[in-house]
Amino acid sequence: MEIIEQVKTESVPKNIPMDLGHVKISVQDLSAFFGKTKVIKNVSIDIPEKKVLAIIGPSGCGKSTFLRSINRMHEVARGTITGKIIIDDEDVMKIDPVYLRRKIGMVFQKPNPFPTMSVFNNVVAGLKLNGFRNRKALKEIVEKTLKQAALWDEVKDMLNKSGAALSGGQQQRLCIARTIAVNPEVILMDEPASALDPISTAKIEELIFELKKDYTIVIVTHNMQQAARVSDYTAFFYMGELVEFNDTKKMFTAPSKKQTEDYITGRFG
Amino acid sequence: MEIVKESDTHKKLQDYFRKSREKAGASRKTFLTKILGNNNLGDIFFERLTLLFAVLVFLLIIFMGWEMYSHSILSIRKFGWGFITSTTWDPYSQVFGALPMIYGTLVSSFLGLIIAVPLGIGVAIFLAELAPSWLEKPLSFLTELLAGIPSVIYGLWGIFVLVPWLRDTVEPFLQNEFPNSFLFQGAPYGFGMLAAAIILSIMVLPIISSISRDILKSVPNSQREAAYALGATKWEVTKIILSYAKSGLLGAVILGLGRAIGETMAVTMVIGNRPQISTSLLDPGYTMASLIANEFTEAASELYLNSLIELALVLFVITIIINIFARLLVWSTERKWKLSPI
Repeated sequence: MEIIEQVKTESVPKNIPMDLGHVKISVQDLSAFFGKTKVIKNVSIDIPEKKVLAIIGPSGCGKSTFLRSINRMHEVARGTITGKIIIDDEDVMKIDPVYLRRKIGMVFQKPNPFPTMSVFNNVVAGLKLNGFRNRKALKEIVEKTLKQAALWDEVKDMLNKSGAALSGGQQQRLCIARTIAVNPEVILMDEPASALDPISTAKIEELIFELKKDYTIVIVTHNMQQAARVSDYTAFFYMGELVEFNDTKKMFTAPSKKQTEDYITGRFG
Repeated sequence: MEIVKESDTHKKLQDYFRKSREKAGASRKTFLTKILGNNNLGDIFFERLTLLFAVLVFLLIIFMGWEMYSHSILSIRKFGWGFITSTTWDPYSQVFGALPMIYGTLVSSFLGLIIAVPLGIGVAIFLAELAPSWLEKPLSFLTELLAGIPSVIYGLWGIFVLVPWLRDTVEPFLQNEFPNSFLFQGAPYGFGMLAAAIILSIMVLPIISSISRDILKSVPNSQREAAYALGATKWEVTKIILSYAKSGLLGAVILGLGRAIGETMAVTMVIGNRPQISTSLLDPGYTMASLIANEFTEAASELYLNSLIELALVLFVITIIINIFARLLVWSTERKWKLSPI
């Protein structure tokens, strides 16, 4: 109860002034609703380009919904938002969601390859949706993306097998390959490693480290160590509010809010 | 935790469990449990009882087949295989050949399916994927309601609405448009294969659409999300969902086919009831079920009665063959993959 009281009374600004470099996505006063339930409450945050932003917070704090509203996936679950999300000077609510989602890829908690498609066709599923059919170019892209996703050596001899024939960790890397094959600018990851074993998790984390050279990444995670390892910036959500947004190192060594400290040291959540 | 341990309720629970353990220990020594090798009599009884029911169903099918065979022995001896290859059904001169009825049953059912499958799956796609939730519930209810209407009502509607409409409007139009097509020859009676196919398609539609809807709804949401997140349009998402669900959809179609093949009343009322084989959709035909229902009370001779029962046997066997074939088809398209176990 003490903690909740604090959220209401604290008046310290939520965004600690930082040099974020170039801002890719600017979220302004975002609130999200499912029916009449307000799951995100007036969140404003700037997401820097070609960096990894980790979003942490206890279950039900709205972090997944926040992630989904960036590429308008909340609409698939019939949610609504108010406020603004600006990507490269464009309001996402004014972009056709089909094009928006080709620009902002997404990886989900549970690996979800298309089981009726081969490994090959899974990787190029997004490209084929775009009407891209050149077989030779597709082959090159499959090899390149699977290498990028650190999966090529494991699956190069089984490209014609079903996408579901792979192990859980391989499936998740296949989903990442599928996401980067359409060459997005931003990748959203919703607890991408929470269903995987430690070795697969380590591979995904290495992959994220590689990917941030080319992509802006926003990752939701329950795993504090993971957030500390892979991200440059961290945002802490609690009960639908953004409590603290800070440089990851600072966040985990000297958090500026008592609540953040309590959460990352495991005292609640 | 300590508080719970010391509480009164906790002690009572412990007592209860100890007593029931002792009870179970006592029953272990009884004679019956020694023979049965299991110390839970209730479980054994339950298992055997359900096994009995399962075996009963199987025996019932064998028994029905045997009964039909033994009651049609006269006609089987007299006509042999000729019964299913001959096209003459003439009770007056005691010659019985079932081919026109076999043809009529299969053709009317398949034509019915050709109309009902695209419609039914279309309805299912709308209900499962596209309809807003306020519309989905009443619409699903209405389509399922169609399945509950007694078939004689469909038959009456067929006689008073469908047949006159076909006779006066549709069939003359078809004959005008395609004067040389073998599909639209003969006088436009209204009664005939086309009317039967349309009636059957309406009757089969709710089965196909409601089962397909359930199957589409059971496709994991993660598949939809994966497709949407790649920038798929609603149509592209639907294609992916359909391919995921194809073996289930095939099963739905086959259930519809089963209903169409067995349907008696409504078809009897509109098909024209003439034992002939004609490629024209406008000509009357006959189905096995209709003929049995129509002529059973008139079967004056032993051979006539035996032939009718043999016709029932043929219908029975055809249904079984189609079901086995359908099962194999579903198995062959069934997923040889499964999603990751997590």
